[in-house]
Amino acid sequence: MQTLYTKLKQLFKLGELTEQRQDLAFITVAQEQLRPLLLHLRDREGFTHLVLLTAVDWMEEGQFQLTYLLNDRAGARDIGLRVMLPRDSATMDSIHDIWPTAATYQRELREMFGIGFPDSPGVNDEFILEGWNDIPPYRRDFDTLKYSEENYSHRPDRETTDPAQHMKQQLYPDEG
Amino acid sequence: MKEELKKRVIKGPDGFEFEVDPLQDYYCEAPPTVQPAAYQKIVEKIFNWARSESIWILGFGTGCGAIEMRPLMTPRFDAYRFGVQWRPTPRQANLFIISGYLSTKTLKRAIRSYEQMQNPKYVIGLGSCTINGGMYWDSYNTIKRLDDYLPVDLYIAGCMPRPEALLAGFEEMKKIIRAGKAEGGNLYAENFDWYKANQKKVIHDWDMPEHSW
Amino acid sequence: MEFEWIKIPYSLLTLFIVINFGLLLTALIQKIGARVGRRHGIPIYQNYIDLIKNYAIRSSITHGFMFYLGPVFRLSGGVGLLLFVPTIYGSEMFSNLSFAGDLILALYFVFFGALGMALGAGESGHPHAAIGVSRGLSQMTAAELPFALAVFSVALQYQTLSVTDIVAAQQGGVLNWTLFTNPFAVTAAMFSFLGSMMRPPFDVVLAPQEIPIGPPTEYHSSYLALMQTNRVIFPVAKIVIYMNLFFGGAASWPVFFLKVFLIYMVSVFVGVAFPRFRVEQSIRWFLIWAMPLGILAIVLV
Repeated sequence: MQTLYTKLKQLFKLGELTEQRQDLAFITVAQEQLRPLLLHLRDREGFTHLVLLTAVDWMEEGQFQLTYLLNDRAGARDIGLRVMLPRDSATMDSIHDIWPTAATYQRELREMFGIGFPDSPGVNDEFILEGWNDIPPYRRDFDTLKYSEENYSHRPDRETTDPAQHMKQQLYPDEG
Repeated sequence: MKEELKKRVIKGPDGFEFEVDPLQDYYCEAPPTVQPAAYQKIVEKIFNWARSESIWILGFGTGCGAIEMRPLMTPRFDAYRFGVQWRPTPRQANLFIISGYLSTKTLKRAIRSYEQMQNPKYVIGLGSCTINGGMYWDSYNTIKRLDDYLPVDLYIAGCMPRPEALLAGFEEMKKIIRAGKAEGGNLYAENFDWYKANQKKVIHDWDMPEHSW
Repeated sequence: MEFEWIKIPYSLLTLFIVINFGLLLTALIQKIGARVGRRHGIPIYQNYIDLIKNYAIRSSITHGFMFYLGPVFRLSGGVGLLLFVPTIYGSEMFSNLSFAGDLILALYFVFFGALGMALGAGESGHPHAAIGVSRGLSQMTAAELPFALAVFSVALQYQTLSVTDIVAAQQGGVLNWTLFTNPFAVTAAMFSFLGSMMRPPFDVVLAPQEIPIGPPTEYHSSYLALMQTNRVIFPVAKIVIYMNLFFGGAASWPVFFLKVFLIYMVSVFVGVAFPRFRVEQSIRWFLIWAMPLGILAIVLV
């Protein structure tokens, strides 16, 4: 991984390398560097498979982190590219022309995080939520409990117990 | 609502303009009606016995609980010997098992399937999610009480209930049917407005006919 | 020939016996299939309960005129097939309404039900039903070809179109059966038989796991019950033809029951052992393997 990193470093402006395992590493990339880097990895380095495209909401820093995880089947290694976006009015270039499957991920991210991917096919169609009327639910400032209480009727007298405490009470009632 | 479902004016190839409303289904205008039982009590008793011994389940797995229904067909549990069978179409099914959590998107489909089933029809809520939301009690897109949206005859509690619990549930269901208490279809018809109001409260883009017939 | 009115109650009696036999037989066959999978399977009386239940469904909807007629056509196909061939050879009571040219009529009735079904399923408006019907008709057409060829061959062989005469010609020992006097025709017909029994490997049309259940997708309650009734009559009626044409007919009810069961078991044996064909595969199979046999049978006769 280190050798790959030094090789890439000569061609692209890269952020830090985080080596998670022998065969898994993450690199932070600038937004405009992503597309050439992806193409390079796919065509020259053998990372032919897009495993997933997902997002993390860093609300406190005001940023979204997009993670593109690629897999090199022959070399049995994975590499993750992290791209940081500003949280408000977040948009990103679509990569559906590099991997067509990305269109589905981008559609999901559009719906769940509200990250825009202009030009991605069908990105504005509803994915899982139909008739959603609130802010995107995977954003961390969305209060799922409050939304649930306002929108759905709950059955009264529902009890919640901590499983560990409950089993302790059941099995060893004497120990207090 | 999807673009193709909206009411619009279409110009035909001969220049004639006409209005189409894809959601308007003339067959679906009338709400469901209460279907009376057979006039003779003894006949109804025989019918109820036959219904209880021949339960046809709609093969529609709405949630993760569907995974517990598959083993029932296997040699180990073999629900067929109790007269339980799976039908692939709602027209022929009598029993609708809501297997686990029901997201609002799935609820739409479940309502349509339920309304297409023929009276008498029964609903079993499988798993704690259908009772009070279960582990999804604070989720933003699953319903918490199934009986607000569909008339439920029986709940099978657990997360997930094992196939044995389902078999026991079928036996319980048979008792309810034999006693003539499984009138969910008529209950739905009687309180149609109440059920519809509840359904529309959670389904924000209602893009299907009022009553799928 | 003068028509005897007593024939009508007699043939209704045949119908009654065959319905009950068919209900039990199909359940038994299902049970055998389940035992192959190490299951207990349905109770032997399950078909009766299902039938009562379907008649007992309170509500039913319609999709139009042909939707009503579909199951009726289907049922009349099965009943007609049964009523116009002699069930028991040599019995005045159970020779039904057979007459000199009944072989042609029987061939027609085999197809009649499927055509009615196609009209009804088309009217139901469900896309799965339409797909199922087009699959079913194309497969059935391919399966009927070798059967028709075999029947022509047999008709040529015995120089008659009357089923009764054909059975009469086969009496006097097993070796007189068409099975031994014209083996190619029988083989071709048995291939076609596999295709028309709606069991694997040729049950893609009705299999619940495929395009959901095919033509009967929209049928329910009493319509479905009518079709279920046909589903138990039709195989038996069809086997009666096979039995009469190729396996020496039956002179009494026990022989009848035994022969029908054994002929049915042929398709069951094949069914539990082989996976399902797609429609285009099964058509190719019929055209490549069964058709030449049928032609050969005609040429050799």
